[in-house]
Formats: sequence, C-alpha cells, structure tokens
Amino acid sequence: MATLEIRDLHVSVDTENGPKEILRGVDLTIAGGQTHAIMGPNGSGKSTLAYSIAGHPKYNVTSGTVTLDGEDVLAMSVDERARAGLFLAMQYPVEVPGVSVSNFLRTAKTAIDGEAPKLRTWVKDVNKALADLDMDADFGTRNVNEGFSGGEKKRHEIVQLELLDPKIAILDETDSGLDIDALKVVSTGVNRFAEKGDKGVLLITHYTRILRYIKPDFVHVFVDGKVAEEGGPELADELEANGYERFLKTGAKA
Amino acid sequence: MSATETLVATGNQAHSHGPGSPVPLQARSERTTSYDVADFPVPNGREEEWRFTPVKALKALFADEAGTETAKMDAHGPDGVVIETIAADAVKALTPQDRIAAVAWTHAAEALAVRIPNDAELTEPVHVNVASLGGRGFGHLVIEAGRHSRGTVIVDHTGAGEYAANVEIVVGDGADLRVVSIQQGDTESIHVGQHDAVIGRDAKLNHVAVTLGGKIVRLSTNVRYAGPGGDAELLGVYFAESGQHHENRLFVDHEAINCKSNVLYKGALAGDHARSVWIGDVLIRAAAEGTNTFELNRNLVLTDGARADSVPNLEIETGEIEGAGHASATGRFDDEQLFYLQARGIPEDEARRLVVSGFFNDIIGRIGVPEVAEHLHEVIEQKLARTAALTEQAKA
Repeated sequence: MATLEIRDLHVSVDTENGPKEILRGVDLTIAGGQTHAIMGPNGSGKSTLAYSIAGHPKYNVTSGTVTLDGEDVLAMSVDERARAGLFLAMQYPVEVPGVSVSNFLRTAKTAIDGEAPKLRTWVKDVNKALADLDMDADFGTRNVNEGFSGGEKKRHEIVQLELLDPKIAILDETDSGLDIDALKVVSTGVNRFAEKGDKGVLLITHYTRILRYIKPDFVHVFVDGKVAEEGGPELADELEANGYERFLKTGAKA
Repeated sequence: MSATETLVATGNQAHSHGPGSPVPLQARSERTTSYDVADFPVPNGREEEWRFTPVKALKALFADEAGTETAKMDAHGPDGVVIETIAADAVKALTPQDRIAAVAWTHAAEALAVRIPNDAELTEPVHVNVASLGGRGFGHLVIEAGRHSRGTVIVDHTGAGEYAANVEIVVGDGADLRVVSIQQGDTESIHVGQHDAVIGRDAKLNHVAVTLGGKIVRLSTNVRYAGPGGDAELLGVYFAESGQHHENRLFVDHEAINCKSNVLYKGALAGDHARSVWIGDVLIRAAAEGTNTFELNRNLVLTDGARADSVPNLEIETGEIEGAGHASATGRFDDEQLFYLQARGIPEDEARRLVVSGFFNDIIGRIGVPEVAEHLHEVIEQKLARTAALTEQAKA
C-alpha cells in the first residue's frame, strides 16, 4: 500500500533578511485509499508544504523526513519524485510556450512509465481524459497553459492527474478561482482518481466549498507552519460554521 | 552580477530601445552607401553601425586588398533555373553600406547568378553551397526571381577563414521568393555579409537568416520596394555559444504605398561571452501610405555570462499607415517552466530541450522549408547537449 510519511518537517525560504522558517515541524501520514484535507488561513504554509514535497528549489528543507513507501523523497530530484509516484496539481500552472499539450502529455507519460505509451490506446486515453474534464479535443494542439483561462488550467492539471496516474496526488488549492460548474467537473475527476483504489489524495484548500464534492477521510487544520488540529470530516463542518478564528487566536498566543 | 541580468531587467519593457542607446545621430536614409571603399574609413568601433561589433577581429576584412582564397561557390537546382557567372556590376541592386561590403564588392571579380525565369514555379529548392577554404575570401551572389515565378533558394555557408560577401536579391513583379541563408562556419570562421533585396509590385519575399556557427557572423539585410503591394517576411534564428558573436542588422525602407513587412528574429545564447546583437531599423517614408510593419526580436539567455543586445528603431514620416509596431524582449531561461515539466516526471535535460525547442517552434514553423526545419532541430539539439554538459561542469 502506498504511504507518504512526513515527519517533523521544517522548511525555510531565503529572504532579503536571511532565511525565514515557514514549516515548523509538520507530521502527516497519507496512505493509499485515504483522502486528507489540509485547511488553513492564508500564509499558514499550506502551499509551501505542497511545493516542498514536490521539490521546488525555492524551499530549503532544514530538518525532518519525507518518505514514499520508505524511500527518501528528499534525496530525489523533482522528476525522480514524480516518477516515484508523487503528483502536484499546482495552484498556478506554468505556461510553456511552443510546447503542445499533446507533446507534453506524451513526453510526461513516457518519462513516468519508462516507455512510450501505445499510440492507439494513448490517443483514446487522452481524448477521454479531456472529454471527462469538459475540454475540447483541440486542447491537444494548444501550447501548455498558454492562453488558458484559470478554469482551463485547473482542469488541465486534473487531466494530467488522470493520465499520469500517480500513487499520491497533492492538490494545491485546485478549487480556487473555479466557478461552480468547473468545481464539480474537477471534483468528479479527483473522485474518479481516488476511487481507483490504492491512491492517496492530499487536498489543500482555503475554503470548505470543495469538500461538498470531495469527501475527506481526515481533516487537518494548518496554522503557523504546522498541523494545529486533526479530525474527521466534522472538523470541516465546524470550520464552515466558525471559520479559522479560534485557531488564529491560539496561533497568536504561541 | 553580469551584464545579462541588467539586460533582462530592461529588455522586458514593451519598447526597449536598448539600454543606453542614443537616438541615432542621423536618419537611416542619410547613411553613406557607396561602391568605393575609400568612402568608408576603417572603423574604430565607436561608430553607430559598428559599436556592437568586435572590429579588431575584423581587421583583415577592412583592408582594401584582394582575397587570399576564392570561396568555392556552387549551385544546383531544378530544371529551368539558370545558373551562370555574370559581371560583378551587372545588376547593382545592392550598394555597399559599410567598408567590408565595399571591399567585398571591389574584390569579388564576378558574381554567381541564380535566375528563376518568369512564370516558373519551382517544385524543389535551388541549393547554393558556399565553402570558404580558409584565408580571406570574397563572394558575390545574385538571386533573381522573374515575374510571377515561385521558388526557394537555400544558401549554405560553411568552412573556415574570413569571408565577406554581397547578396543581391531581385524579386520580380508578382513573384514569390524564399531565400534561406544558413551560416554555419567552423568555430574560428568569420562571416560578414550584406543582403539587399528589391521587392517588385505585389511580390513577396520570405528571407530567412539562420546563424548556427562561426566566431563572428555579422549579417546586414536591407529591403526596399520597387512598387506598391510588396510583402517582406524577414525571419531569423541564431544560437550563439561561448565566444561567438552573432549579429543581425535589418533595415526595411518603406517608400512605396501599401507594402508590408514583418520581422521576427529569435535567438538563444549559452556560455561565457556568447553574444548576440539585433538591430531592426524600419523607415516609413512620407510617400509610403498604407504601410503595415511589425518587428519582433526575442532572446533566450540560457546561462550566465551571455549577453544579448536588441535595438529596434522605427522612423515614421507619414501618419497614413495601416500599422507600425515593434517589440523586443530578452529573458533568462525560466526555472518555473523547468520545475513544472520536471514535476511531471520529465528529466531536467529533456525539460530544457522542450522549453528551448518550444521557444523556436513558431519561427521554425514559419520558415516553411522542411529540410531547413529538420536541420535546425538537429543542430539545436546538439547545442543544447553541449550547454547541458557546460552546466553540469559548472555545478561540479
């Protein structure tokens, strides 16, 4: 069973005034078959957690461990992490001018699988993944994320999730900026992925809205660079009703 | 830390006129052009038209002396194309605009002419191979497309030594001509060329300058219109590596009415002292009503220590035009693009290749000659492999 284990993770970024610690001891275990939601106010370090797991060079891990099925993730390069089975759906997907979506998807799939996908089934798979996310087949000929609307970029991330089929998916505010129809389409895609069985999902969100469509097994409230409270789906309901205020007061004291 | 970074900062403005570049002292139309070498003093490098060029390294080409070698020039093309040797002054569609062009004009004894007859439609390109054998050589090429003809001429420059040449391009009324000039000389070679094109009434010229090799390559491409309705598409691709200087100077002179020009040059730079210069001058004269012109230069700086200069100039003497614009941008390789691709499992070197080939993709598509596009893809791959090796060395 796939397991992503994060132990006492400390991460800092370089600023003009020297290094600044953003994650201050994160502990989290995501096993296959589980969906975890990380919720928290702006600036609590949620996105830093996502990018640190994916290996963005901006973030320096100062202590702690991250392992995937016992393998040391922090020792891997960004692409090795992806090939090991980690996927990050980004909050701000990057435009890559001159590289078509279909070329990009095929190159990524080939890298992940270690061999080129069979042409006939691959074209079918891509078209189905696009159709499932309500995207026209001609997206394949467009350049990666170039000129995409915010909603199209997010749907394109989920297309990749379904085609690349990782072990653990980290979704960084995939819901932000989506209208309700797009939110439903994206949520359905994530659920389809989660239902494949041994898949772990780490859903990072500021709002409870997406949790109406994606049911988490566990909810973690993230404040000031670490998990402040954990619980089941009922914790999300409480946040929906009361917001983050109670946690922010705690955070201020600490 | 390096000049590169300053340039990146200034180069992304929508209208960069080049950091610190003065307003040209004289209007473009007032520059000296002459067949007489004596009309051009030996430059010292402070002149407007030489200030970006390493003039010291061009000493041998400034000397008003015969060449030591004759560059080997041969051409072959499909049936109907006339290939012959003609007198150097038989066409005179070109007037030298600097000392080296005047030296080359004077000392190239005769010209090779490639003539596409009136109404001919070529199905295959004409190939002109220019091999400089080392030493100092001069060349003179004339390309004429007859009335209502269509065709493609590919001029491939290879070899060693110092080579200077003039290329005259005459596009007859209603003709559609594509000229691709590839500069891929040896590491230590020097190539200085002037291309002058005259575009006839309702004719179209697609001029492509591809610079892939050579220590110094300086190409000046000048376009003018012999009648209304002419259309010039001027494309350029260059990739300068360590110690290479790739310079492209363009001048589009709009004097006739209802003519179009569209300039797109894209370059990559990698390695210490890799240098590119792009000067894009467009003049819309008072008579040139209905002109539509746009020019764009983009540079992708792949490593520290490389430098790109980009200077677009637009002089407009009439308001009665359809459109005129220019843009220039120089940027460093975008690490966020690299991260995004790597986060999808694509290894770093392959991700770099994807980004760079993506950068060149649109322009290679527009070149419209499959054999040139293929060759470009191959050479760019080789250059990126060398760049990756350099980057690895730097890390170690």
